[in-house]
Amino acid sequence: MTSLLTVDDLRITFPTRQGPSEVVRGVSFSLGRERLGIVGESGSGKSQTGRAILGLTPPPGVATAQKLDFDGIDLRGASPAKWRELRGIRMSMIMQDPKFSLNPVMTIGRQLIEAALRTSSRTEARDSAMAMLEAVQIRDPARVFKAYPHELSGGMGQRAMIAMMLITQPDLLIADEPTSALDVTVQIEVLRILDRLVTDRGMGLIFISHDLRLVSSFCDRVLVMYAGRVVEEVKASDLAQAKHPYTQGLYKCLPKIEGGLRPLATLQRDAEWAR
Amino acid sequence: MGLIDLERLEVTFGAAGNLVHAVRGVSLSVAMGESYGIVGESGSGKSTVLRAICGLAPVTAGTIAMSGKPLASPRNAAFYRDVQMVFQDPYASLHPRHTVDRVLSEPLAIHGFDNGESRIERALDEVGLGRGFRFRYPHQLSGGQRQRVAIARALILEPKVLLLDEPTSALDASIQAEVLNLLDRIRAERGLTYILVSHDLAVVAHMCERLMVMQHGLAVEELTRAGLQSRQASQTYTRDLLTASEGYRR
Amino acid sequence: MSGLQTRREWLLSDSPVSRGQARWGQSYRIWLALTANRLAMVGLWIVIILALLAIFAPLIAPYDPLEGIGGLRGARLEPPSWSHPFGTDDLSRDILSRVLHGSRLTLLVVLLVAVIATPIGLAIGTAAGYFGGWVDVVLMRITDIFMAFPRLILALAFASALGPGIENAIIAIAITAWPPYARLARAETLTIRETDYINAARLQGASSLRILWGHVTPLCLSSAIVRVTLDMAGIILIAAGLGFLGLGAQPPQPEWGAMIAGGRRFIIDQWWVATMPGLAIFIVALGFNLLGDGLRDVLDPKARK
Repeated sequence: MTSLLTVDDLRITFPTRQGPSEVVRGVSFSLGRERLGIVGESGSGKSQTGRAILGLTPPPGVATAQKLDFDGIDLRGASPAKWRELRGIRMSMIMQDPKFSLNPVMTIGRQLIEAALRTSSRTEARDSAMAMLEAVQIRDPARVFKAYPHELSGGMGQRAMIAMMLITQPDLLIADEPTSALDVTVQIEVLRILDRLVTDRGMGLIFISHDLRLVSSFCDRVLVMYAGRVVEEVKASDLAQAKHPYTQGLYKCLPKIEGGLRPLATLQRDAEWAR
Repeated sequence: MGLIDLERLEVTFGAAGNLVHAVRGVSLSVAMGESYGIVGESGSGKSTVLRAICGLAPVTAGTIAMSGKPLASPRNAAFYRDVQMVFQDPYASLHPRHTVDRVLSEPLAIHGFDNGESRIERALDEVGLGRGFRFRYPHQLSGGQRQRVAIARALILEPKVLLLDEPTSALDASIQAEVLNLLDRIRAERGLTYILVSHDLAVVAHMCERLMVMQHGLAVEELTRAGLQSRQASQTYTRDLLTASEGYRR
Repeated sequence: MSGLQTRREWLLSDSPVSRGQARWGQSYRIWLALTANRLAMVGLWIVIILALLAIFAPLIAPYDPLEGIGGLRGARLEPPSWSHPFGTDDLSRDILSRVLHGSRLTLLVVLLVAVIATPIGLAIGTAAGYFGGWVDVVLMRITDIFMAFPRLILALAFASALGPGIENAIIAIAITAWPPYARLARAETLTIRETDYINAARLQGASSLRILWGHVTPLCLSSAIVRVTLDMAGIILIAAGLGFLGLGAQPPQPEWGAMIAGGRRFIIDQWWVATMPGLAIFIVALGFNLLGDGLRDVLDPKARK
């Protein structure tokens, strides 16, 4: 499988009053047209990794890498013009809460058309927008087209966000906790839609989440991050045989409906992992 | 008659024309020493039930009774010594300008407890925080540490009942395990009664012997832990919840 | 805690061992953040210099501010020179000495107004925001009535009613200065009212007074401090305005506004008589503004993080 995205030794540093703080410390991986999950707790650097791939590291943070390649294009130091060609058109990102990532003063339809206009003409854009709303299984696309984000439920808003981000047929999709803000019954629906779209279009997907179980059931490969480093890279199907104690601990500390250990297994953090 | 009894409780917010029926006729009974769970998705009214018990939400119909006696409205000091609550968001439940010491000494001062110093130290020890945490401000604490302080605050008045409103939803999985274990241990040591609210069926199944499923302000079904584990749910919604909680299947 | 721990380490310690250490540490962090802002430091220095000049004015001023030098035929309306850096006015008084002594009056006005108006505003605003209902309506309508009048006009009205003199000017300005703080406190209280930490305090049985004093007011304090500092420039200008109109400090007191009024007649040929006190007002107002901006950047919890 040829590599869609190659990341080598990604480092992200933020200046603080106590000196520079490295939040991502040498992350390397490659991604083809497959699904990669990046799992970690808060502070592991997983979200920053996702943003760095899109060149969205918030200043004053600085992202550097030995190699940051998207389909042969070197992303390090890419010009704003280059980013405009890539972001939203070939690389897209879905974020956690549609309340905060959809423009509250524009209708969904208008936002979709605005996204579609980047690759199609005005006449085609409207049709693509409606088609996209149907593709994300919104039952009443005409109503949602005219609605504002605050008029939609969480699940609908997230589906609208997915529609907006996939309307330009990108090659790479980065999903940063796309279902964490949704109710559990809605999560499954949204994931099913995402699943189908990603498969149908042959996209590369990076799924960032804190939920190890969810990621292992949705993705092909899983990267586990801790304190800015990748501590384990494993095939999703082999997760139960994970070797690193952090991954094992993370896997075992979740309560299960069927019951299990009481008290729950807790992570014994080893300072070694953070080196 | 249990320790806490709710009879057809209704909670309605808002003014005429714009009414929100958050809780629509919920009845339940929690026995002394029991751990009772309420599970539901957003908008189910589960948190509102807890707030109504505390007097933080307006009860428009139905009764709430403790040990058979209806609760005084507004609640009095005796109630606050018996029932305490741990809130969901550890980042919002501690006053940003108060040290941990102040957070813990205030309830003691309000109710005139003596031996403040030793009580505070014992409270911190009980939740697994060392002496070094006593004079820190909330922004110097992690999410898990803040939640421990919130639990210490709830316990310092030595209540009989602890209301837990999604106590671990905002925490990382590994921290969640630690806090749930802490809550388990405290309940066993002190013989407390818990009412735990969560959207996470696994957490409720782990912590509670009996649970109620709520949706849109209504009580859908009441189950025991064993019933839940053997999938003996009679209502469609409960079954949907169970299936969804099992995770995604490709 | 070994004796080798420097004071800075003690202040920035992660695990303070006493209330005092925690509070000092917090104040030190705020101080560090403030000193990082250069403009704020400029403002702070201006305010410090003002305070020092005001305290030591009798020692620094070269001449007596109230007595003319050599009577009316003495050194009238002399331009700035080495013996009189700011020149003299029409009564042969050294303007530099008058400006220096005037700084005492300015500082007095600003401090007293802040000390009187802020607690009144905070008390009214927090009560209105916390209790809501008719308490809110009544208190806010009173606030609205005071705010409906332009401040200078209202201060003028009170000063005229109370009579001329700097004490009455201070009272008049304080009466007109509290409404913005009440509004501010009410707005903050409305956001704070529904937070979980206030609910937790209610659940412990805390009385409303305890919550207002111990929980709500400390959170309004930062915004109030910032607002007061920024308002000080305005207060100085109103005091100057009152003095200009003859209702504040009375002659021969060297109040800056009154000095400008007195120098008005000579502005064309003897510009220094009015300009020097005007410059003093400008610099002090600027200093308070810069300091206020810096404090807001440091104290505003939304700007921090």
